[in-house]
Amino acid sequence: MLKNILVAAVLAAAVLAAAAVAPAPAGAADESPPLPHQEWSFYGVFGTYDRASSQRGFQVYKEVCSVCHPVKHLYFRDLADLGYREDEVKAIAAGYQVTDPQPNDQGQMYQRPGRPSDPIPGPFPNDQAARAANNGALPPDLSMIVKARPGGPDYVYAILTGYKDPPPGFNMLSGMNYNEYFPGHQIAMPPPLSDNTVTFADGVSATVPQMAHDVVTFLSWASEPNLDDRHRTGLKVILFLIVAAGIFYAMKRKIWAPVH
Amino acid sequence: MADNRPSAASRIIRWIDYRLPFVQFLNHELNEYPTPRNLSYWWNYGSLSGIMLVVMIVTGIFLAMQYTPSADLAFDSVERIMRDVNYGWLLRYAHMNGASMFFAIVYIHLFRGLYYGSYKAPRELLWILGVIILLLLIATAFMGYVLPWGQMSYWAATVITNLFSAIPLIGPSIVTFLWGGFAVGDPTLHRFYALHYLLPFVIVAVVLLHLVALHRHGSNNPLGIDHKGPQDTIPFHPYYTVKDLFGLSVFLLIYAFFVFFAPNFLGEPDNYIPANPMQTPNHIVPEWYLLPYYAILRSITFPILFISSKLAGVILAFSSIFILFFLPWLDTSPVRSSRFRPVYKWVFWLLVIDVVALGWVGANPPEGIVVTVGQIATFYYFVHMLILLPLIGKLERPRPLPSSIGATVVGGGARLSGAGAPLAKP
Repeated sequence: MLKNILVAAVLAAAVLAAAAVAPAPAGAADESPPLPHQEWSFYGVFGTYDRASSQRGFQVYKEVCSVCHPVKHLYFRDLADLGYREDEVKAIAAGYQVTDPQPNDQGQMYQRPGRPSDPIPGPFPNDQAARAANNGALPPDLSMIVKARPGGPDYVYAILTGYKDPPPGFNMLSGMNYNEYFPGHQIAMPPPLSDNTVTFADGVSATVPQMAHDVVTFLSWASEPNLDDRHRTGLKVILFLIVAAGIFYAMKRKIWAPVH
Repeated sequence: MADNRPSAASRIIRWIDYRLPFVQFLNHELNEYPTPRNLSYWWNYGSLSGIMLVVMIVTGIFLAMQYTPSADLAFDSVERIMRDVNYGWLLRYAHMNGASMFFAIVYIHLFRGLYYGSYKAPRELLWILGVIILLLLIATAFMGYVLPWGQMSYWAATVITNLFSAIPLIGPSIVTFLWGGFAVGDPTLHRFYALHYLLPFVIVAVVLLHLVALHRHGSNNPLGIDHKGPQDTIPFHPYYTVKDLFGLSVFLLIYAFFVFFAPNFLGEPDNYIPANPMQTPNHIVPEWYLLPYYAILRSITFPILFISSKLAGVILAFSSIFILFFLPWLDTSPVRSSRFRPVYKWVFWLLVIDVVALGWVGANPPEGIVVTVGQIATFYYFVHMLILLPLIGKLERPRPLPSSIGATVVGGGARLSGAGAPLAKP
């Protein structure tokens, strides 16, 4: 009896797994080396975002990435999730000038210091302005980037650390940079990080791998801010279901005893 | 005990039942309902799919309260649900992964029917209603996948609606009509949303008919023989209610694992990029549950007589499902269960392998060996349905059938204490 249900359940899981794994070979065609796997604090069923790392990552985003890339889906208030206190969030928001969504009494749009309830403003007013300032390339929104790329955090980390000199004979277009992990290997973004681009307040040494790791942790949080909550709730739900399954199985055995 | 007067509650129920036999109906269909005593866990998937339908409708209605079906706002409104709506991430991940779970269950349910010959007389209409449900599910899932308005949503909608352009003469006009414009756009999204909300309730209606047809002759069973009296059956409650509950809790464990720990495992990263009509993704792939049909669609790389390769692919992909309507008559064997069909038993597993192979083909770019495998697997699928099924039914010599369910229940009749005697409710 139990064997049958196990077979049925395993088969169901296998069908799903096979279906999901199947597309993997598709990526093999474009000759990028396999992504180096990093240790991420948020991997695994007990995973949570490393708050110190994501605060450092926010600093890297703010001082480096935000020159070109917006985080469209983030609000200043969301930063409280990273462990910033309320007054710190207010101070961060006030450091930005934002255009109030409502015009003033004279019907003019006006600038004011940011508030926690404001979305974090991007560097450009629209995509056309972004392209004009970046040699025709559009720097993508980073608030979804980790979820929106195969390989997720490993891929974004690999891009940030994957700049190299092009191999001899490689036909580089002008204004492009060689990156071994980018599809086609030509990326418009120049290498964004070099050692000590930022100075971390907590004394962590700002090497390129360290900054890449921190900013990817921050961007992973930006893509999936509810992960901690999800994992915590999930553990409770799974525990509950294991107990429920045990009780139902015992009930089933007892009720079916006269039939077998 | 001396007072035989019925309680107030039972008098109220009796008053209602005299006028509207609702409680009587529930009692008859869910409590007393005689069910073969030998159903295996493969018979859990019917009730599971019913439960999934309810889960999808409930999560879907709550999502609809927050979702905005316009091309400019759809993507952002989904993100808003994920980030700012209380437990919005749970609703959305439960709905998104629920679709995958629903299809996994329905496919197992369908293959269970194939293995045990559940489509044979007198259950032909029951089977046909099931195939109609499958078609409705595919349409609903496809339109639901378009709603987040990501890159894969947009391009899947473009590819699938473009299939209709393969129809000679009127095809292009039909496509424009479906789109409500000259490309997939805001009107397309609006109508898909309206239909995605409507179709589940149509499915509920067909599911009810499916249940009426089921309860007419009762469930098939692993032996595939009719039950011949009370010694062969047990009341649905509590035997199968508790068995279904146990199965449900195991299923929910798998479902919860995906929702809480791998919510995007079954999805495409590209769908987290907002729809962009100017940029086609490298590989447009449907969700895993539609991959076999997609493989059949792409398998015809050459025109057949005057039919273009595209139209031929479309015809075959649709036929692969429509052919299931004729299964009760294509399978000529009088024996239902594969347990007693030595040849069909193996051919059944070949079909399973064939469909998995088609899924693999659908997931990969159509180059080299993938194309060949896709063509062979497509060819074999139709050979199975149109040639092997009728032929095996005629040529195969089935093993002798047992005389009754009660005499052969799992584990052999000898060990059976109560075999032969009708089972009272505990």
